[in-house]
Amino acid sequence: MSVDVITQWTTVCPISRIQPERGVAALVEGTQIALIRTWDDELYAVSNRDPIAGAQVMSRGIVGTRGDAPTLASPLHKQVYDLRTGECLDVPGVSLPTYRVRCTDDGLVEVAI
Amino acid sequence: MSRKLVVAGYGMVAQRFLEAMAGSDWDVTVLAEESVPAYDRVRLTSWYEGESLDMGGPPEGVKVLYNTPLREVDRLNKTVNGDIPYDALVLATGSRPFVPPIPGADLPGVFVYRTIDDLRSIKEWAQGKRVGAVLGGGLLGLEAANALKGMGLLVHVVEFAPRLMPMQVDEGGGAVLKRHIEELGLTVHTGSACSALKPGGMVIGEQELDVDIVIIAAGIRPRDEVIDLPKGPRGGYLVDETCRTADESIWAIGECAALQGVCYGLVAPGYAMAEVVADRLTGGQAMMTAPDTSTKLKLLGVDVASFGTPFAEGLDVVVSDQLSGVYAKLLLTDDAQTLLGGILVGDASAYPALRASVGGPLPGPPLSVLSGQVKLEVQQVCSCHAVTKDHITEAIAGGCQDVPALKACTKAGTGCGSCVPLLKQLLAEGGVTLSKALCEHFAYSRQELFDIIHVRGITSFNALISEHGTGRGCDICKPAVASILASMSNGYILDGEQAALQDTNDHFLANIQRDGTYSVVPRIPGGEVTPDKLIVIGEVARDFGLYTKITGGQRIDLFGARVEQLPQIWRRLVDAGFESGHAYGKALRTVKSCVGSTWCRYGVQDSVGMAVELELRYRGLRAPHKIKSAVSGCARECAEARSKDFGIIATEKGWNLYVGGNGGFRPRHADLFLTDASKELLIQTIDRFLMYYIRTADRLQRTASWIESLDGGLDHLREVIVDDSLGLCAELDAMMAKHVESYSDEWSDTLADPNRLARFVSFVNAPDTPDPDIKYAVERGQKVPL
Repeated sequence: MSVDVITQWTTVCPISRIQPERGVAALVEGTQIALIRTWDDELYAVSNRDPIAGAQVMSRGIVGTRGDAPTLASPLHKQVYDLRTGECLDVPGVSLPTYRVRCTDDGLVEVAI
Repeated sequence: MSRKLVVAGYGMVAQRFLEAMAGSDWDVTVLAEESVPAYDRVRLTSWYEGESLDMGGPPEGVKVLYNTPLREVDRLNKTVNGDIPYDALVLATGSRPFVPPIPGADLPGVFVYRTIDDLRSIKEWAQGKRVGAVLGGGLLGLEAANALKGMGLLVHVVEFAPRLMPMQVDEGGGAVLKRHIEELGLTVHTGSACSALKPGGMVIGEQELDVDIVIIAAGIRPRDEVIDLPKGPRGGYLVDETCRTADESIWAIGECAALQGVCYGLVAPGYAMAEVVADRLTGGQAMMTAPDTSTKLKLLGVDVASFGTPFAEGLDVVVSDQLSGVYAKLLLTDDAQTLLGGILVGDASAYPALRASVGGPLPGPPLSVLSGQVKLEVQQVCSCHAVTKDHITEAIAGGCQDVPALKACTKAGTGCGSCVPLLKQLLAEGGVTLSKALCEHFAYSRQELFDIIHVRGITSFNALISEHGTGRGCDICKPAVASILASMSNGYILDGEQAALQDTNDHFLANIQRDGTYSVVPRIPGGEVTPDKLIVIGEVARDFGLYTKITGGQRIDLFGARVEQLPQIWRRLVDAGFESGHAYGKALRTVKSCVGSTWCRYGVQDSVGMAVELELRYRGLRAPHKIKSAVSGCARECAEARSKDFGIIATEKGWNLYVGGNGGFRPRHADLFLTDASKELLIQTIDRFLMYYIRTADRLQRTASWIESLDGGLDHLREVIVDDSLGLCAELDAMMAKHVESYSDEWSDTLADPNRLARFVSFVNAPDTPDPDIKYAVERGQKVPL
């Protein structure tokens, strides 16, 4: 038996609203999400909530790399997270929830939670 | 009523004493014979090389009466000079040069070598002269000979004893020293006495020499004539091991004291006495131990050191290598088990280790030790602060990764500084390789990146990282590069790619708080604000429900502003004439001021006017770290200027500039840099100070540790920005001129451009919905985050 999972995509904004190597915050069905666009135009969606400080600030962090990993640093205390997995690279056992995100052909950013 | 302490004399030992007394409840008055604060007499000769001898000036709260020698003491009524009362009197009157009774010693062209005034007179007289002579081949005499040689004169050194430096070295060492000095072109007459001085000449034995200038450096005598108290056999106020004279309210320290009968002409025992008396006056029980008279110096380029008691009885081991000009002597006890002392000439590299071994065994056969084949285990590293090797290795293991960190953590190296090379060695032994790389993306220090950006004319992070880095940057290098680009080009900091580099504070031009909201600080230059503008701040705070607090920098901080509220708040503030206060930036914050001569009955200059002018000049200047400043209108220093990166204190004649102070984790008072400067000189010097700091400091390095990290410290700084030794000043001036011309308020610029305002939304898909997670309680009538 197979189960078809139907993904519910929510349109958030045009891609032009997200500057390369920065993020924006989005409110999707009551959940605060940080949408990050990297230098190579990859998109990532993670929780906007800093898991260590508890404030909704992750979308305002600095985007960069550590080794091969695309990263996002908390703007409060600079812990660095791997955008692909949400895993905190500085504090073991801490991670950011991640969400699926895509850009449509007509340049709209969509998130699924 | 606090007790009154009078210090007679203001030389190096008095300075150390005042510093040791800082923070006590004594009311301190200093009588200074000279017109300037204590200076570093040990390095007197380097005054000719333009070096600063400044020792930091009197500590806060100390009253100094300059040009006021100690004239009389009334022990019965406990007053000095007629009307200055004391509960305790500390004599630090030092000594005077001894001038032997030679006919002609009072002729013009005959000098002594003790004060800056002496040096100034010597320099004037020596102009255009050919031959000079120094009477005295001791430490001071060779210093003076060095000075004359530096002025291009032919120099004779005349010493009565059969060898040079008779107090420090023995015959063998003296012979090696003499050869070194003769190789430098000086003529040395040992075992010779000068019997007469004449205009243009001097008589030595049978010989008459033509000389144009004579410096007498035949020793010093304690200045002990003012008070009739018991003296030592060779003069000096006789003191016991607590440094107290026969009068229990009077103490003596330094060269004017005869400690248990003996006068010491070295600074280290003087410092030890200063510490003992300071401790006693503040309730301690300190006592003098036998003073360490070890010395190491470089005279005319020759290393000379003596340590322990090199002239005592015992077994000696002597190495005399005439070929390479090296002489060494070790003195051991008769059983050869304990090192008593020694002498090193020509190569003193083993001095710190040997000095630390005095009183203990040599770690190997004496000849191997002297030839450097046996590595010495140094126990005491810093004698000034009694720091052992164990302390240092522990500190290195505990995370100290460089000399400034070790200095901060252990105090080692902060006294005479002679153990700094040893600290470096211990760091290297501890496996510390000081990486200068900013982060994994750049193998360069901030200063190197600054130079790369400057020289290559790079204007973007993308260009920089693709040519000179790897990866895509991080929260360390991006803001650092953003700061460099801002310091250099001075454009709007948030356009184009630069926006992606900024930390959230610079990105939203406000200070992030722990709940994710921001605080807003409008600029209030010099802390001066009209009632109307004050009312606007109050209205804005009330209308947006902002928690309000006065800052330490004489401004007002408004807390709890959400991202989407920032433009509305700033619209109101900008309309009322406010500008960004850059509280969010690594930039000039405030120039704090006291009310100054405009209102204050004590003020001697308009400190508010100066503070406003400086704050407006440097507003918006991006730097490696925040920069704070203050201006005080008189020496009472109500603006706390000496705790700032650059502080200005008004004098009757102009402005004193202090640099390198800070509060924070490691508070530090700023060092005196300019005295009685005109406004023009003051501003020019601050311009260069700030620009040189911006160009060369490390990321997040405040000015204090930056100055400490400069090779040569404050003196180097003075050479570069006052004497223009690197030929940089014109460029630094131009950089600052560009900054001043192109300054524009960041918040006005932001409000004027809809593209720039686009980022100030709570959610990209719900721009006016506030963050639902932000919640407040009320405390003392204001909201505070939950």
